Amino acid sequence: MYQYDKYDQSLVDSRVAEFRDQCERRIAGEMTEDQFKPLRLQNGLYLQLHAYMLRVAIPYGTLSGDQMRMLATIARKYDRDYGHFTTRQNIQYNWIKLEDAADILQDLSTVEMHAIQTSGNCIRNISSDQYAGASAEEAADPRPWAELLRQWSSFHPEFAHLPRKFKICVIASDTDRAAMRLHDIGIQLVENDAGELGARFYVGGGMGRTPMIAPLIREFVSADDLISYCEACLRVYNRYGRRDNKYKARIKILVHEIGAEEYKRQVEEEFAHIKTLNLDPPRAELERISEFFAPPAFDAEAPTEVDLSDPDFRIWHDQNVAEHKNPAYAIATISLKPVGGIPGDATADQMDLMADLAKQYSFDECRVTHSQNIVLPHVRKADLYALWQKLDEAGLAPANLDLIGDMIACPGLDYCSLANARSIPLAQKISQRFADQQRQKELGELKLKISGCINACGHHHAGHIGILGVDRKGVENYQLLFGGSGAEDVSLAKITGPGFTEDGVVDAIEKATDLYLAQREEGERFVDTYRRIGMEPFKEALYG
Amino acid sequence: MIILTGNDLKTGDVIWWAGETNWSRHLSDAVDAGEEADAVLQREDAARRVNAGYSVEAEQTERGPMPLHIKDRVRASGPTVRQDLAIDTNIPIEKA
Repeated sequence: MYQYDKYDQSLVDSRVAEFRDQCERRIAGEMTEDQFKPLRLQNGLYLQLHAYMLRVAIPYGTLSGDQMRMLATIARKYDRDYGHFTTRQNIQYNWIKLEDAADILQDLSTVEMHAIQTSGNCIRNISSDQYAGASAEEAADPRPWAELLRQWSSFHPEFAHLPRKFKICVIASDTDRAAMRLHDIGIQLVENDAGELGARFYVGGGMGRTPMIAPLIREFVSADDLISYCEACLRVYNRYGRRDNKYKARIKILVHEIGAEEYKRQVEEEFAHIKTLNLDPPRAELERISEFFAPPAFDAEAPTEVDLSDPDFRIWHDQNVAEHKNPAYAIATISLKPVGGIPGDATADQMDLMADLAKQYSFDECRVTHSQNIVLPHVRKADLYALWQKLDEAGLAPANLDLIGDMIACPGLDYCSLANARSIPLAQKISQRFADQQRQKELGELKLKISGCINACGHHHAGHIGILGVDRKGVENYQLLFGGSGAEDVSLAKITGPGFTEDGVVDAIEKATDLYLAQREEGERFVDTYRRIGMEPFKEALYG
Repeated sequence: MIILTGNDLKTGDVIWWAGETNWSRHLSDAVDAGEEADAVLQREDAARRVNAGYSVEAEQTERGPMPLHIKDRVRASGPTVRQDLAIDTNIPIEKA
């Protein structure tokens, strides 16, 4: 994992001191809330429905055991014993006191963490593939590239006040586990015909009120040009992005309005200019960063077989364990989606346990996924059974990865001041309705995503089944959508028709899944059947 | 009726105006600010007894003042999915 150098640490430490002073001045009445608000937001501190909320950045979703343990400590010491892992691979605390905020940032800084740029119209935390460095199919580990971009984008003076927030994702395999093309910039590391590693750039994707799939802007950007090309993409956006209208200010609107070809032409022009400025770091810097992400010392003698004689373990293994690039190891996903639970929530004790397990079984490393789960990326196959037993004891072994029970849900109206409807109670009801393991397995891969408002933090546009909570004359109502995907078969979901009550939408999902089971052909997932037969049969089942 | 709400500056707790310079964490203590709402909010904000205050349309019920909008009822109740963290689990969320 990357380790801060003196510059990183100094930047974070000075920001903590600066924010401490700002908090003290606000409490003393030397600043109004209007003056203070942009300052606290730059440090990830929101004022939400019930209290202050702190969003802590987890760069490209990667955490050490010590960092996870610190997240637990903060939950215990300053919050109410839990945290919420988000769809941006971050963590949020819901009950923060302003008078504690600087102390929390101070504690985070001791484990090389912070909350900088987790809010505001700047380049946000860069997301990545939770299987990075462990998957056999990736062209390279995407995290050194993400780290280079993190360093470039942190406190970048030119991009501190963009027209709107800006989200970048870096992956390195054809399988997309990070919703890459639904980002402002989606980067896929690829090899060109000469065997050189570079970046394929997609620009102008996003969800929110106007969902867009990012078009391809450039097939191959050399590693030597990565920063310059990003700089060019951002500069064109910064110059022409719609600052006059918040709802049209994201880069996806610019790319859509002027067209991908024209946007690309302007980026290439800007890129040609920027290359004369020698902004790119030397290749040695990427190589220096890459050394922090060198593969761990895998046990060459470890067995490649797993004893699956315990049937309960086998269910979890079959669902939550993925192939690792080393045949003696596996990638294990810890589902934070127990039946009737709150998606993405983890208690301080559970975080401590995951930190311990990361240390004991996964080279002290864990990952946060955009699906609000935790991954242990490097587990010896011989250790999987012991790992599962410990997870099971702590309620952390739901065997539902990518099944209907593994749904994404934003905090919704239970916590969020922007929400129009509650997401979590609906997630709980769906989870309970489909609690039966056999039934979930029978339905197969089914990505269900719930947002409590049009801002789409719950990724409803990318759900095989998406749900959008709306306010209909003061009453919560839920629109149902089918056919979305955030994966390599990316697509945007379409609304089925009139919305439903909370109970009504659970019934509607059951009708839709019943139709799927009746209509599916061999090997088809829910979304495949939907794509083949279209919306009409589903509408008939729901409204007929 | 018009009631006033906001957050405690230091703790972030949701609070309701209970008359004069008093604020309460309990919706049942809220009082009608009537036409004085804006003036009270301005005064209380300046004194830092409330942060990000705003006025809420409410109706008087048997349980006391009840906000008309669901968002403010959730604020008064606490998260409906964490009853252990709720302030008042008896507040009807679904309707005023």
